Amino acid sequence: MKRRKLSPMRKWGWLFLGPVVIAFAIGFVWPFCQGIYLSFCKFTLIRDAKFNGISNYIDAFKDASFMHAFWYTALFAVVSLVLINVLAFTVAYLLTQGIRGSNIFRTVFFMPNLIGGIVLGYIWSMIFDGILSRLNTSILLETRYGFWGLIILMLWQQIGYMMIIYIAGLQAVPEDMLEAARIDGASKWQTLWRVTIPNVMPSITICVFLSLTNGFKLFDQNLALNGGGQPFQQMADGSVVKTTEMLALNIYNTFYGTNSAARGTAQAKAVIFFVLVAGLGLAQLAYTRKKEVQQ
Amino acid sequence: MKKKLLVITLCLCMVVSLLAGCGKEGKGSVYWLNFKPESDEVLNQIAKMYTDETGVEVKIVTAASGTYSQTLTSEMDKSAAPTLFVIGNSAGVKTWGDYALDLKDTAVAKELSTDAYNLYDESGKLVSIGYCYECYGIIVNPDLLEKAGYKLDDIKNFAALKAAAEDIHARAAELGFDAFTSNDMDSSSSWRYTGHMINLDYYYEEKAAGKTWTECPDTITGAYVDNFRQLYDLCVNNSTVDRASLATGGHDAQSEFKTGKAVFYVQGSWEYSAVAETVPNATMIPYYCGVDGEENAGLNCGTENCWAVNSKASEADQKATLDFMYWCVTDPEASRLLVDSFGVMPYKQAAASTNGFLKASEDYSAKGCYVMDWATNYQPNVDDYRAAFVSALNQYNADPTDANWESVRTAIVDGWANQAALAKG
Repeated sequence: MKRRKLSPMRKWGWLFLGPVVIAFAIGFVWPFCQGIYLSFCKFTLIRDAKFNGISNYIDAFKDASFMHAFWYTALFAVVSLVLINVLAFTVAYLLTQGIRGSNIFRTVFFMPNLIGGIVLGYIWSMIFDGILSRLNTSILLETRYGFWGLIILMLWQQIGYMMIIYIAGLQAVPEDMLEAARIDGASKWQTLWRVTIPNVMPSITICVFLSLTNGFKLFDQNLALNGGGQPFQQMADGSVVKTTEMLALNIYNTFYGTNSAARGTAQAKAVIFFVLVAGLGLAQLAYTRKKEVQQ
Repeated sequence: MKKKLLVITLCLCMVVSLLAGCGKEGKGSVYWLNFKPESDEVLNQIAKMYTDETGVEVKIVTAASGTYSQTLTSEMDKSAAPTLFVIGNSAGVKTWGDYALDLKDTAVAKELSTDAYNLYDESGKLVSIGYCYECYGIIVNPDLLEKAGYKLDDIKNFAALKAAAEDIHARAAELGFDAFTSNDMDSSSSWRYTGHMINLDYYYEEKAAGKTWTECPDTITGAYVDNFRQLYDLCVNNSTVDRASLATGGHDAQSEFKTGKAVFYVQGSWEYSAVAETVPNATMIPYYCGVDGEENAGLNCGTENCWAVNSKASEADQKATLDFMYWCVTDPEASRLLVDSFGVMPYKQAAASTNGFLKASEDYSAKGCYVMDWATNYQPNVDDYRAAFVSALNQYNADPTDANWESVRTAIVDGWANQAALAKG
């Protein structure tokens, strides 16, 4: 029997796919599975993990600081999502109206994105404290300062990025549709709502998805700007809640806190965190996809 | 066929290059995960000396300030884990005790001149041995003090310290210097209060109960928290900067002291070499806080610098590490360098200390004063405990009322009970 000759693509495909698959397995799949396994273990070092059932998950849900971090993060994510997208879209819209110097504005607005989160956090904490110290207070002393400070920081950093995505979307709106709207006598406002926005829905999907997950996953800026979650609040039982601590930071603080018995708990929190972020992201994606128009 | 050969060769190359890092056994090597960033340079120098002398490889890695526990956790999980690391307090013994070799009867342990800085676990295993100890209190510039019209010998209690400090602060503009340096509460400096000065409460609690803690007590009474408040208030009210601006930090207390901008500086013996550059006769006085009989107080002496040897390391590496430790404390040149950086090493053959603050501590002891031991090493879940403490102090600094002080007290006393319960699990 004569064997059919494989196409070169079939034959050599594995050579091209292989490295990526291996890297993905080593760098993602394996740690991910191990992470899930560890969330059911008690351990100081990963290699000495001992299985202890679901008690880590019970501890995680009983932890007042985790629940606080969850609601605080949810609030932050919602507020930053709305503000970032409204402002980024506005800026993008203005910068596609053909005003002079658009490119310079775009570059300048995008630049904050190039600075790392930790550096940004420290820079902004100096700025805020420069102002707040005149009022004899500090961003580390009041939860609301910490919250709005972080929102301002994130807006400053993220608007430029989302703006670029929106600009791409706005430029892709078919000129003939806009022209047809103009001929039909639609006002600018009507054109925006009835023609432009439905056409940039794919960009909105991406941006909302990005800012929502960014909000939930926020870590560096939270660590640097809020001094690891200050101010702290003493609960009635003497336990401590770090009032500006978000989920990722809470997990980190639990894992590396001096209480080494809590490492498994931190791992369980991380798994819960993953389920939450993945679930939210998928739900949001499914919802906005429905609203997109086919061109 | 040719192509297949090529592919196989390429694959082999890849695998070989991956494995290149493995191997190398026999002589054993030392990997010291260092805890004190300020000693990094000296340690690397020592490591090179040792390698030149014996051919044994010594690797020094220094964890960034305040990240020792993170670094240790990730390093210990690697196949080439540290062979020499630090277990500095009872919480460390709990976490890392299982990974520590019993150092009893090792050559280096036999060189120790005192058992005071060693840590044992519940079964009596010698988990870690002190390689240096330190002291803290209030550093004084005697010249400036005299210029302001006060004598160091007259300051023997809180009342005298308060009178001097308040007077100097009031005349700061005229004198050209202030009483205390800045007392920042950011993470690079807050431990001077939440880790060190608060020791006065713990120590006097121990003393009142007539015992020395050997493990973290479930609760503390906070009987001397008001004494802590007196001294803390004195420091922040009579310093170079306004107390409301302490939360964010950014002041350089060491340089204020070195440049003669302040008389008093709350710090420890590790500052000696830096401070002595410009204030050679700087000395240290105890935390005078208004406790009865404090005229007989000495400095706070203790350590968190204790060597532990990794019990999971290969035997060759363990032996190499123990030999290296022995060499560090017996070789005249090496111990000279280490002592200059560490202050003092409590070993029979180690070089003598040149640290003025540790000498001050010895002078106090010679006069019959009591040493305040580092009860602070028993702080439960130390990071969380201190974090809450700092936060409460920040509120208090912004608005120094009695009500705000109560939340500081809660952080100290209730925070202890809560974290102690959590740490027990």
